[in-house]
Parts: sequence; C-alpha cells; structure tokens
Amino acid sequence: MMLDVCIIGAGICGSFLAYDLSHYKGSFAVVEKEHDVAGGVTMANSAIIHAGYDPKDHTLKAQLNVEGAKAYEAIAQRVHAHYQKIGAYVIASEESQIAQLKELQQRGNKRGVRCELVSGEELKQAEPHVCEAALMALYVPDTAIIEPWEMALRLMECAVLNGVDLYLEEEVIGIMHKRDYYEVKTSKQTLCAKRIINAAGLGAERIGKLCDGASPFHMEIKRGQYYVLSHHARDFVHHILYPLPSDKGKGVLCVPTIHGNILLGPDAQILSEEDTSTTSQGLARVREQLTQLVKEVPYGEVIRSYSGCRPCGNDNDFYIEESAIHPGIYHLGCIDSPGLASAPAISRYVLEAMHISSWERKEEWIENESVIRCDEMEDDARKALIQADPTYGHIICRCEAISEGEILAALRRPIPPRSIKEVKKRVRCGMGKCQGGFCEVEVAKLLARESRLPLHEICYDGAGSELGEEAKG
Amino acid sequence: MKQIDLIIIGGGSAGMSAALAAKKQGCESMLVLERSDALGGILQQCIHNGFGLQLFHEELSGPAFAQRLIDALHQAQIPYRTKASVLSITPDRIVTYVHPEDGLCRIRSKAIILASGCYERTRGMISIGGKRIKGVYTAGSAQRYLNMENILVGRRVFILGSGDIGLIMARRMRLEGAEVLGVAELMPYSNGLTRNIVQCLEDFDIPLYLSHTVIDIQGDTRVEGITIAQVDENKQPIPGSEKHFAADTLLLSVGLIPEETLLQEAGVVLDPKTKGAKVNAHMETSIPHVYACGNALHVHDLVDDVCMEARVAGASAIKDMEKKTEEACTEVIAEGEISYVVPQHITTHEKEDVIFSFRVKRPLHHALITFENKTGVFQQIRKKVLLPSQMQRILCKKEALDGHGAIWVKVREE
Repeated sequence: MMLDVCIIGAGICGSFLAYDLSHYKGSFAVVEKEHDVAGGVTMANSAIIHAGYDPKDHTLKAQLNVEGAKAYEAIAQRVHAHYQKIGAYVIASEESQIAQLKELQQRGNKRGVRCELVSGEELKQAEPHVCEAALMALYVPDTAIIEPWEMALRLMECAVLNGVDLYLEEEVIGIMHKRDYYEVKTSKQTLCAKRIINAAGLGAERIGKLCDGASPFHMEIKRGQYYVLSHHARDFVHHILYPLPSDKGKGVLCVPTIHGNILLGPDAQILSEEDTSTTSQGLARVREQLTQLVKEVPYGEVIRSYSGCRPCGNDNDFYIEESAIHPGIYHLGCIDSPGLASAPAISRYVLEAMHISSWERKEEWIENESVIRCDEMEDDARKALIQADPTYGHIICRCEAISEGEILAALRRPIPPRSIKEVKKRVRCGMGKCQGGFCEVEVAKLLARESRLPLHEICYDGAGSELGEEAKG
Repeated sequence: MKQIDLIIIGGGSAGMSAALAAKKQGCESMLVLERSDALGGILQQCIHNGFGLQLFHEELSGPAFAQRLIDALHQAQIPYRTKASVLSITPDRIVTYVHPEDGLCRIRSKAIILASGCYERTRGMISIGGKRIKGVYTAGSAQRYLNMENILVGRRVFILGSGDIGLIMARRMRLEGAEVLGVAELMPYSNGLTRNIVQCLEDFDIPLYLSHTVIDIQGDTRVEGITIAQVDENKQPIPGSEKHFAADTLLLSVGLIPEETLLQEAGVVLDPKTKGAKVNAHMETSIPHVYACGNALHVHDLVDDVCMEARVAGASAIKDMEKKTEEACTEVIAEGEISYVVPQHITTHEKEDVIFSFRVKRPLHHALITFENKTGVFQQIRKKVLLPSQMQRILCKKEALDGHGAIWVKVREE
C-alpha cells in the first residue's frame, strides 16, 4: 500500500499532524520508536502553552507560537483534553531589567498577545511567595497549562479512530528514495510513502541524515531538571512565574499543573547524548536559581524529580523545511520551547507547504469519546455512574483518588496502555505522594487481568521492564 | 443526611482497636471504613513473626495478629465496609466516601477517628539521581509483591535505609533466593530495631554500610547498578568513597510518614516533626471530636503500641461525645535530645494517667529522662541506652499533671 504521508514520531507535533491529516482522504501512518505516544520530549517539559511574547521578531517561533497558542483552547475542548488559562507573571527583580520587561510587553502587544505591566506590590498581592526583590512584572493572562502527553494521546486517538495507522515500538532504520515515492524501513517492516514528515523530536537529526545523507540542520540536546511538589503545596503559586528570559532560555520557573501539583525548574545543561537522568548538581541549580524568583519554597512537599531533553539549535529558531534534495520530505528540527505551544501551528504550516487546501476532506469524521474523571464530577452524576458501574466506586489510587472504572475505561480506549507507566500517563495512578507505592500492584493486577498475562510479566514501561519472577515459595 | 455516632477511617490494627474500645464504652452506632478489600491493614503483608508480645504475650505473624482483631470485631458485631475510600472530612464532621455498592456517601458523624496508617518515603522525596526506571521499590511495596502476590521483584538487591521494613525485606528476599548485596544507612547508626539488625542482617552476613547513601542509579529500562558513597557529618557524599554494586533492584527503607491528607485538608493543626496531627492526651486533634491514632498520628515501631494508643482514642471518642465546650489546654514541651512528644498538649485538669510517646534525636548512653512542670521535676527515669529507632512510652500519673500548667519532657546524657 502506498501511504500519502508517513509521519515519523508520535510526540506532540506528530500527533497534531496525524490529527489534522485524519480529516482528509488518503492513507497515513505514524511510526514511533517508543512503546507509547508522547514518550520523549512531550513527556517531560514544563507543560506550558506560552502566549508568544517571548520569541524574537521575524522568527518562525514568534509566528507559530502566537498562532499555536490561540488554537489550543478550542482543540483541547474538541478532543477532551485538559486546558487551563491560568495566566503568568514575568518578573523583574532589578532596575536594569525593567527596560527589558517593557520591551517584552511591546513585543507582545504588537503580536496581539494581551500583557500588562504590574507593580511589585500588585504582584506580591497576587502571589505572596514571590521574592522580596521583585520590582515589577509583566502579567500575561492568556498563558495556559495542559497535560502534554494527554493532549498528544487524545489527538492521536482521534487520528487512529479515523484511519491513521499507528506503529509503536518501530524504529526507522532506513529511508530509500524510489522513483516517485520513498521506502521507509523500520525495525519491523517497510512502508512506502509519497511524503515523509520527520517529526522525530530528539531523533530528527538522525532521521534527517537517513533522508538526505547529511542532516540539513544540527541540533544540540539540552536537558532540564525539575522538582514536582505534592497537592499540599498547591497554594504556593497560582500563576506561572517566570524570571526574565535570557539567551540561555526561559530560566527556572514555578508552574502549577492541571492536577494541582507545582513544577519547579528547569535548569539547562547541554549534553552530548540524550540522558533523562536527574543529578544532584542539576537539582541544586534549580534550587539556587529559584531564590531569585520565589521565597519559602516548600521543599518538604517534593514528591518527585524528573528531567527532559529538548532538541535545540538553528540559532534558537525552529527548522521547518522541505528537503532540498528530496521533495516531499519535510523536516521538523530544533523543536524546543515553545514547541508545545506552537505544535498546532507547526502542523498547519507543514500541511500548507503540502498544499493541503487542495486535498479532499472526508465527509465523516469520528470523534473520540469523552473521558470520565470521577473527581471532576458533580455528586449526583457520580452517584449515578457508580450505580451503573460499581467499579467507579472502587478507588485504586488513593493519592489521586482514581477508581478502577477509570483505569478499565483507559484500557479500552483506542490507544490502550500496555504498561504501568502508560496507565499512569493516562489516569494519574501513581502520580501522588506515594508514587505508586500502594497502587502500582493494583494497577499491574488490572493490566494482567485485562491482558490475560501472568502478573510477573506486566511491564513497568517498555520491554525489559517486567515486574519480576514468580517466587518459588 | 445519615447521622452516626462514630466513623473510624481505616480498618487496620489502629482502626479495629479503636472500634473495639468504643464498643466497650457502649457505642452502638459506628462504622469502620477500610479502603482495601480486607481488614487488617499492613499487617496482612507482614508474614514474619514478632507481633503481639505485649498484647497477647505470644509471638504472632502479622496476619495472625490481625485475625485476632478481626475476630473480635466480628464478635462485637461492629459494622465495617471494605473497598470504602474516604474522600474528605469536614470540620463539622461530614465524612464523604465512595464504595462500589454504597456509591458516593456523605455521613454526619458525632466523632471521627483517623486510623489510616502511614506511607513510605519514596525515591522522589529523597531525589536520588539517575533515570526513572523499573527496579526501584519502597521496601513495603516489594514486600507486598512478594508476600501477597508471590512476585520476586529482583535477584540482586541493594537496600537503602536500615528501617525495619528494609531489614525484614533483606532477610525475606534472601530466603526467596535473591542475593542481597548490602544495606546503606545515611546515619552513623542503624534505624531499625536491634533484633532486626541481628536476625535479618548479621545472621545472613549481609553487610551494613553506615554513613553511606546511594548517589546514582544506572540502567536504561531497568536498574543495572547502583553507586553508594560515604557521607560526611553534613550528610554530603565524600568524593572518592564511591562503591559500585551490580544490583538489579534498589529497595528503599527511608522512613514512614503519617497519612495526614484528610486531616490537613480539613484544617487540623499538624506537628511538623511527626507530620501527623497535634493531639491531646485523648488523641483528639485541634478539631473537636476528631481523633487520630496509630501510624496515622505518628509512626510506631510495635503494633502493640499502636493498639494501646488506639484504645485511648476509641474510648475517649465515646466518653467525650457529649462534651460541648473545649477544655483549657496546657502545652507539652520537648526539650534537649528529644525529637518529638505525643501528646503535644494535655488538658489543664487531666482526669486520667497519660502515656507520653517520644523518640530521641540520636543514640544516647546513660540517658536521663525527666518530666517537669513549673514546680519542678515530678518524674525521672534513667536508661542505659536510648535509640531513635525505639519509641519510648512513659506513663505519668494524673496527680502530677492536674492543674500544674505546662509539662517539659527533657532528655540528656549524664
């Protein structure tokens, strides 16, 4: 079968592309080397939809960030993903920074991004934990938060429901140019495609090399480390707090999450290869830099730390180009921040380059089902739900109050979780303060029951992470 | 809304003991809510023996100890629900819980006892470096996998922390055929009971590395090795002291924390040291008629102590039910080498003897424990050795407590 488009990578960009393409007639596939959708860069970042005042003028980042951020709310609603416009403060704590703050405001206003300057007093009233030195802030009401992997999953499940093939755990190992199509050789099969979109995140340079011999762009890997605070610290900050951005990036932030945690981070470190380890030095940098942003940080409420790697380069702009050598191959390189916020616009930008407006749209398109979240329901609705299906009255994850019913429902969605971590990504079991200490085994038992596998063969993550072996007794 | 006299949250040793004590006081309208699918709490996975020496004067396994309480609960016809998770409690004592058959329920209760146990400190809380991969478990969850589900989570095990569960699991994994490469303890002394050090490590030649911690975890999809290092007096790793172990599993036994979420969200005043509620001698929290006991209040070493403390809570909840006004309180102050004392305050006119529970901050030799009020020392005890891992429980007579104001509990070396 000849694919019209083969997307390499099931991160946030690949998911938006698959979602958008699924509205058109044609044959599309997504190839992903990881065990699950959103397993790389999309899994570990700051989870912010930046409003778009920050990128420099005349960059792709500026254009696509503003467009992307504006598109998110509607699409999140359509695919049943969380989205909260909580607003942000960019904080200046030295006189010399105020000019830069005003420059950001002008840049924002010019792009139609709402932002206003507020005094230090006003800021401290809204956010009592900002550091004493805070002098002035730029308030950006439209900055929003999402759960990035949830967004990618919802988009991708819509794509799958509408005929896009998703191949997980398949690494692309070769790309051959045929007369008027390409052969994409994966670790499991060979696909033929008229067009290829290289949305491979950290692997984009490698794929670029496979396509063109030498990658047309070069990327550096930047790792950022974070702390996660428990729900008990949910009142520490109510908006996203940024220091003034610098050449090195957006700095160390405080970010409330969709589910009432707070992220602190990231530091920034250039690595020679991908490595999502955390280090004591990296986390020390987070703590040190935070002193310039906030005070009385409740480190006693830290429940986890993590790190994420981002592909950066191209003089701090996205590299989104059709291959100069092989027409029909589109590279998405250097998609670091604000890649998440820009993703809807990145997808459109690429599809426009493919002249998508001349393609034929499907007459019918199937929507995905909404997701039942017991803790977001009104009492009466929840009572009725438990009466209809008692598994919704059986709590499995005590920290996040997730019921058996919610886990079973996740197991029956179009892209079902196959491991403990994938259940956690979808329903939050194990994201609380006990970090799965109590519920992991219960989740594993449900996975075993539903997949008819013996319990010890259930994986924590991908292959090779089986729980253990049966004890001899 | 349904009304009831007493709701007990948690059907483990504390919850069941509190329920039995309340029944003894004549309570006819109560409900025990247990979130898992059976009564007994954490005891059900503690299949080793050593439980019940004080309470039953014999050595029982965890499940056998639990069964005695379960039998007594059945005999007393105390109503309970399993698979019932409490979502919230309010200061006016409305309990919201969910249950597969009951659905979402709200009940107004005259008294509430929180006996929901504790949870284990995790890797995330102590920020060990490396990737988030399979093979790092809290000792209690590895115990659950092995003793309840018959799954051995690894073959080459290293253990961080010398808390009792870690020590018990060192022996348990060894008996199941795993190799236990060692136990590292951050402090210069062990945090487990002496009998566990002897019976679980020394008897099996498992090395204990004091003043060491895990500084790195290697591996891509699962643990392939760990690195430990010696720490200085500020608990910072000393460069050059690293040791590598080809472990496939790291078990953490780095502390237990009272399950305090429900109380905290209801607005109960917590003790930053115990991380549980501040209580009076009746185990009553800062919200009248809301009690806490067992590991949900502060972490105990022995289940016997849990049960005795819970009995106080259960009996008081009924005796004090009609109490309308709050009694005046006086503070209990921990001084010297003590890390905390429970109760944190007593009523000004204490009508009953009070057991004070406390731990010392570090191992002490020839320790002197004194209880003082404004008139001076009214009780003192000498101990040859006092260890942080051994909770002390000392009874003071009501005569010494009644009407004399604040109490100082002091410990020092002589």
